[in-house]
Amino acid sequence: MGSFSLNQRAAIWSLVILVVSLFVWEMSIPAQQAAGELTEYERLTGGGRPKAGVPPPSQVLVKAWEQLSNPFYDAGPNDKGIGIQIGYSIYRVLTGYSLAALVAIPLGFLIGMSPVAYKALNPFIQVLRPISPLAWMPLALFIIQDSEASAIFVIFICSIWPMLINTAFGVAGVRADWVNVARTHELGPLRTAFTVILPAAAPTIVTGMRISIGIAWLVIVAAEMLVGGTGIGYYVWNEWNNLDLTSVIFSILMIGVVGMALDAAFGVLQRAVAYVE
Amino acid sequence: MSKPFLSIENLTQTFPDGKGGNLTVFEDASFGVEKGEFVCILGHSGCGKSTIMNILAGLAEPTRGVVKMDGYAVSGPSLDRGVVFQNYSLLPWLSTLKNVTFAVQARFPNWSKAQVTKHATKYLEMVGLHGDVIHRKPSQLSGGMRQRVSIARAFANHPKLLLLDEPFGALDALTRGTIQDELLKIWGGTEQTVFMITHDIDEAILLADRILLMTNGPFARVAESVEITIPRPRTRTQIIEHPNYYAIRNHLVHFLGTRSRELAGKQSGEGAKAPRTVRIDKTTSTEAAEEAPVLRAVND
Repeated sequence: MGSFSLNQRAAIWSLVILVVSLFVWEMSIPAQQAAGELTEYERLTGGGRPKAGVPPPSQVLVKAWEQLSNPFYDAGPNDKGIGIQIGYSIYRVLTGYSLAALVAIPLGFLIGMSPVAYKALNPFIQVLRPISPLAWMPLALFIIQDSEASAIFVIFICSIWPMLINTAFGVAGVRADWVNVARTHELGPLRTAFTVILPAAAPTIVTGMRISIGIAWLVIVAAEMLVGGTGIGYYVWNEWNNLDLTSVIFSILMIGVVGMALDAAFGVLQRAVAYVE
Repeated sequence: MSKPFLSIENLTQTFPDGKGGNLTVFEDASFGVEKGEFVCILGHSGCGKSTIMNILAGLAEPTRGVVKMDGYAVSGPSLDRGVVFQNYSLLPWLSTLKNVTFAVQARFPNWSKAQVTKHATKYLEMVGLHGDVIHRKPSQLSGGMRQRVSIARAFANHPKLLLLDEPFGALDALTRGTIQDELLKIWGGTEQTVFMITHDIDEAILLADRILLMTNGPFARVAESVEITIPRPRTRTQIIEHPNYYAIRNHLVHFLGTRSRELAGKQSGEGAKAPRTVRIDKTTSTEAAEEAPVLRAVND
C-alpha cells in the first residue's frame, strides 16, 4: 500500500466500505419463499403473496437506472420524473433563499456597522431564530393563502438567520486598520462598503450562506411533505403512500446527492473569497 | 513670524480612566514642522505618540487643541495626509499591485487604468519590488516586503504630509536597515514632508532633520526638539564616523533614560510652550570635540 497516495488509499477504503455495506444489506433481506415450499395452511392464510419488506440494494439500483434514464417524464399529477420533482424543490429553495439573502445581507451590514441597530434588533433575532421554520407553516398558509408561496416563505424564514448573523458578525469584525486605510484614502461610505468591508467580511458571510443553503435543503423536504403537489419531499411521501419503498430509498439518496452538490457549490464560492491575513 | 507648514497647537488628549475620572495622556503639545522636513518623534510607550499620529492623520479627535496644515485646521482623514501603519495595513485579498493602484485610483480618480498601473508599478520599483512579486498577495510576502508596499502606496499618492507610525517596529534589524536606506533614497528624490514615530534612536538620527522628544505620560509634553547636525546624504556606516553622531546619540539616550522620567508628570500650567530647541554641533568648535563631556546641550 506504500505506493499509493493518501487520496488513493482513502478512495480504496471508501469503495471497500461501500461494497461491504451493500453486500451486508443485500444478504440481510430474506428471500421470498417460493409458493411450492409452502404448506397448505400457509397458502390458505395468504403466505404466498409477496411480503412488503425493505428492498435490497439491487432493486434500488434498478429503480435508479429506470428513473435516471428518463428523469423528466410527466404522466399526470402523481407520476412525474425525479428530475421534475427535484427541479421544483430546487426552484423553491433558490427563490426563498435568494429573497432571504436580499434581506439578510443588507440588514446584516446595518447591524454590523451600527451598535444601536445591533442592540435594537438583537432581541427580535434571538426570539425568532430558534423557531422551527415549519411552525410558521399554518400562519403562512392562512395569510398567504397559497401553498406554493407558503413553502417558499418557510425556506425564506429558515435561511435568513445564519446569513443575517454571520453578515453582522463579519462586518463588525472587519479590522479597524482596513477601515482606516479606507478613511485615509477618502473613500465614501458606499465605496468603503464595497471595496473594503464586503471583501473583508466575505468569508464569514459566505460561511453563513453555506449554512443557510444546507438548512434550506433540509427544510424543503419537510415543507413539501406538508404542502404536497410537487417536489422531492412530496415525492418521498407519495411513494410511501404507494408503499414503494424502493422509490423512497432512491429519493432519499437523491436528496443527499443534491444537498451535497449545493454545499459543494458554496464551497467553491467560499474558496474564491477566502484570503490569508 | 510666519506659521510653519504644519502647526500643532496646544494639543491635549484625555481619556476616561475607567474609575470615573480622566487620564491626561499629553497636555499642551505644541510644535511645528516645515515643508520638506523629516521629523521623528521619540518617547516611551504610553506618552501618546500614536495618539498624536492618529490626530494628525485625522483618525482621532483631540480633547483640546488644533492641528493646522497649510493654514487650515485638520478635521477628518484626507488624501493630503498619507499614513504608513506599523502593521502595514495592506488589504490581504488584493495583490501587491492592486493594493497600490487602489490608493492611486482614490488619489487620481480621472486617470486611466493604464496610467494608474504605470504609476503604481513605478513606485513599487522604487522600493525594489518588480516582476512577478507585485502580483502576489501580501500574505505571500515577507514582513519587509509588505512594509515596502505600504511605503510605495503612501509615496505614490504624493501626500502633502507623510505620517509613519513606527513603520519598522515589526521588522528584524537587518531588514530594517535595508528599508531605512530605501526610505532615505525615495525621500531624497521628493520634497516630501515626513512625520515619523519611532522607538529606535539610531533610526531617528539616520533619518531625521529634527527629533522631538516626549516626556513620559501621563501629562506628557514635547520637551525638546533636537536638530540633527549631520549633513545629508547620510548612510548608516558614514554617520557613525561623524563627530556629532555620538554627542547627539548620548543626548537622546540620556533624555530617554533619565530626563524623560524626571520631567514627567509635571503639569507645566503655563499653557502653550514650544519645545526647547537643542543644537549639538561639534564641528564648529574644533577643540571641544576632543573633550570628555559628551553631553553638551546648547540652549537658545
